[in-house]
Amino acid sequence: MPPLDEVKERIEQALPGAQATVTDLTGGGDHLRAEVVYDGFAGLSRLEQHKLVYGVFEGEIGGPIHALSLKTSTPDGGSR
Amino acid sequence: MTNEEIRAELKRAIDEESVMLFMKGTPDAPRCGFSARVTQILNASGVDYSAMDILPDPRIREELSGLSGWPTIPQLFVGGELVGGCDIVTEMFESGELAETLGVDAPRTEAPAPQQTAQAPPLQIE
Repeated sequence: MPPLDEVKERIEQALPGAQATVTDLTGGGDHLRAEVVYDGFAGLSRLEQHKLVYGVFEGEIGGPIHALSLKTSTPDGGSR
Repeated sequence: MTNEEIRAELKRAIDEESVMLFMKGTPDAPRCGFSARVTQILNASGVDYSAMDILPDPRIREELSGLSGWPTIPQLFVGGELVGGCDIVTEMFESGELAETLGVDAPRTEAPAPQQTAQAPPLQIE
C-alpha cells in the first residue's frame, strides 16, 4: 500500500494547485482519508469532485487502498 | 450467472428501485463500517429502500463499478442516478440535502421506527 506522503503527492501532481491532507483512519495504512482543496473543483458536483480524486488511483482502491474517504472543497470554502 | 446476467440485474435494480443501496452485507448485518453508516442514515431518513449485498460474488462489484464509474462500496442510487458513497451521503445527510434528494422530510429527532426494507433482489444472501 502506498505511504501517506505518496498518496498526497499523487493527488497534488494530478490536480495542479491542489492541497491534499491525507490521514490514516485506522492506523492500518489501508483506510485513508484525504481532504482535498482544489480550485478546479469549482462548478463540479460533489460526485464529480470525488470521481476526479478517485481517478488518480484507478484500480488501486479496493485493492492496496481498501478505502479512501474524501472531503473535497474549493479554496473559497465551497464544497460544491 | 454470467457477467451479462449480473450486469442486467444491476441495471434492473438501479432503474426500477427508487432508492437502491449496494453494500457489503445486508441492512440487518452490514459487513463494513461505511455500509453500516449509510444504512443507519437511510433508516433515520425513514425512506423505503432496497439493498443488494455485493460480497457473494466479486464480479458484482466489478460490474457495478463499471456501470457507475465509482470505485468504492457502498453506492447509493436514487431514481436511477448515483448519489455517491459514504462520504457524500453523510455530508448530504448532515446538510439536509439528502432528505430533499430522497423526497422525504428531514428526520425527526426521535428515534426512527425499525425500518422495513424491501424484498432483496436475487443476488442477495442472507
